[in-house]
Amino acid sequence: MAQMTMIQAITDAMRTELKNDENVLVFGEDVGQNGGVFRATEGLQKEFGEDRVFDTPLAESGIGGMSIGLALTGFRPVPEVQFFGFVYEVMDAISGQMARLRYRSGGSFHAPITVRSPFGGGVKTPELHADSLEGLMAQQPGLKVVIPSNPYDAKGLLISAIRDNDPVIFLEHMKLYRSFRQEVPEEEYTIEIGKAEVKREGTDITIVTYGAMVQASLKAAEELEKNDISAEVIDLRTVSPLDIDTIIASVEKTNRAIVVQEAQKQAGIAANVVAEINDRAILSLEAPVLRVAAPDTVFAFSAAEDVWLPDHTDIIEKATQVVNF
Amino acid sequence: MGTKTIENIEGQFEMFQILNENGEIVNEEAMPELSDEQLQELMRRMVYTRILDQRSISLNRQGRLGFYAPTAGQEASQLGSQFALDKEDWILPGYRDVPQIIWHGLPLYKAFLFSRGHFVGNQADGLNVLSPQIIIGAQITQTAGVALGLKKKGKKNVAITYTGDGGASQGDFYEGMNFAGAYAAPAIFVVQNNRFAISVPVEKQSAAKTIAQKAVAAGIQGVQVDGMDVLAVYKAVTDARERAINGEGPTLIETMTYRYGPHTMAGDDPTRYRSEDLDSEWEKKDPIVRFRKYLESKNLWSEEKENEVVDNAKDEIKAAIKKADGTPKQKVTDLISNMYEELPQNLREQYEEYSAKESK
Repeated sequence: MAQMTMIQAITDAMRTELKNDENVLVFGEDVGQNGGVFRATEGLQKEFGEDRVFDTPLAESGIGGMSIGLALTGFRPVPEVQFFGFVYEVMDAISGQMARLRYRSGGSFHAPITVRSPFGGGVKTPELHADSLEGLMAQQPGLKVVIPSNPYDAKGLLISAIRDNDPVIFLEHMKLYRSFRQEVPEEEYTIEIGKAEVKREGTDITIVTYGAMVQASLKAAEELEKNDISAEVIDLRTVSPLDIDTIIASVEKTNRAIVVQEAQKQAGIAANVVAEINDRAILSLEAPVLRVAAPDTVFAFSAAEDVWLPDHTDIIEKATQVVNF
Repeated sequence: MGTKTIENIEGQFEMFQILNENGEIVNEEAMPELSDEQLQELMRRMVYTRILDQRSISLNRQGRLGFYAPTAGQEASQLGSQFALDKEDWILPGYRDVPQIIWHGLPLYKAFLFSRGHFVGNQADGLNVLSPQIIIGAQITQTAGVALGLKKKGKKNVAITYTGDGGASQGDFYEGMNFAGAYAAPAIFVVQNNRFAISVPVEKQSAAKTIAQKAVAAGIQGVQVDGMDVLAVYKAVTDARERAINGEGPTLIETMTYRYGPHTMAGDDPTRYRSEDLDSEWEKKDPIVRFRKYLESKNLWSEEKENEVVDNAKDEIKAAIKKADGTPKQKVTDLISNMYEELPQNLREQYEEYSAKESK
């Protein structure tokens, strides 16, 4: 096994699928010769040729529309949206078109497309690079939305996404790209889309989270342990569809929960998780389910990110509040 | 340089015509190679489609059809272009482009089901056609992708797409042409310039004198064609198709045409934005009238032949409506089943919920 960063694991997943399936195509702005602005596609054009790994003109809507056309002719496109804040430029192609292709055509066509895109705060980008927009995507029936929290999951989930016959939005948190290494098998493996993972077992409270907030939640859980609060941490890994069974089983055990997301509080994934817990496990609850989230402003200017983004101290505070309710 | 550049470019986009309003060949050397039978078939399709339009409007008024965008006036533009295609070529239509996909193989009853908002009307059954796109321009970037896919698969086929003069203002219009140009993909972009985007006249869409010249910005071939002249449209698409499959890249074709009817049957009133004078000016250019004159001069068409086509169209339309009426009603479970290859938990639960309701 090799020690890999998340970005290396992502490259490795694409390499694996480019090798496995001649219909896999990887493309986007700066993806070819340059290997991507984060080097996610480093070396892939050299290894697989320009026919399969290529640069596109700088136009996100064009990239999205072209992906659909390539899918119609039998390809399995893996386009990159250079930063997910640019998704507004390609919203019709994603939500209006690829998400609806199977439905609209009554099953005649489908869109086995994996839209990869970096997002996430803490790296001081200019505006419209770091926004957490998974809630927008999760609102759209027809899509799956996957957010890995570590290198091992990133590889297994991305391979599953590429093999999936429906469109998957695969969101890669920039802060996680190179923040730590992990053992990642060199051979292929998959992680099922739609399955959460219990990252840490506990008995007093469930912390449901995903993406970069998994690390913050694990850190919070360690601190909480010092105060005799045993927290269970669930990494959703897929935010749409939700792994409801894993969430409910945990809440029925701990009787308390908080949901942690880096995105703003309004609407979004955490609100949906709270609603599902209310629908299915309200009689198990000893306290209200609270949310840890960013405030409902536009994503913070970079010099204010540190005060704006939720962190482990916010998680500790909310968890303690729920436990002491 | 400067102002002269644009004038020089615009001056080069003269309308290509073969058959004039009087049914006379004015451009003999451009005449496409079509047999007598093919010429008759083109006429048959145009007459049939005019009847289909009349019947569809009437069925819509009776409440027996739903969404419908009238096609009369645009037959040469729609059918002349489709006639130049191979069965394996792809069509990505706009919302008014139902006739092209019918003549590419979509059964008539499915066109009626599409109008009624029934998913069976959108099923392609192995044909290389998408259902009519509702978002103006979304099909254009997809066409670049289909064309690139055909090229990568080594197929000698093209992807053709249709939009209108309003569609040529969309960003996706330029992005689609530009992508296809950059990859020398075998795409044909047809802009049916019927002069009005619902109510907004083409003069208000752009400072560009022609839509065809927009090809220049994308570095691809562009041609303006008399869209009421079925021979010119056929020839332009045939040439574009040949260039495309020879690896010479995409073509933008602007067809100058007119829709006689309203934008759709959902309450549009063209008298609010078009004059009677303009209507009658364009009716004089009618594609069927001029082609009929031409064929009659060659003894290839007659009143009996035309009546035969009309009667046959009416019979087939009647049968197709009957077949559409007999199609099982849609259920919520049908909709759920077409969301994903494998249903996730939320939809599995909702499927159970609705099957229970629907079996009552």
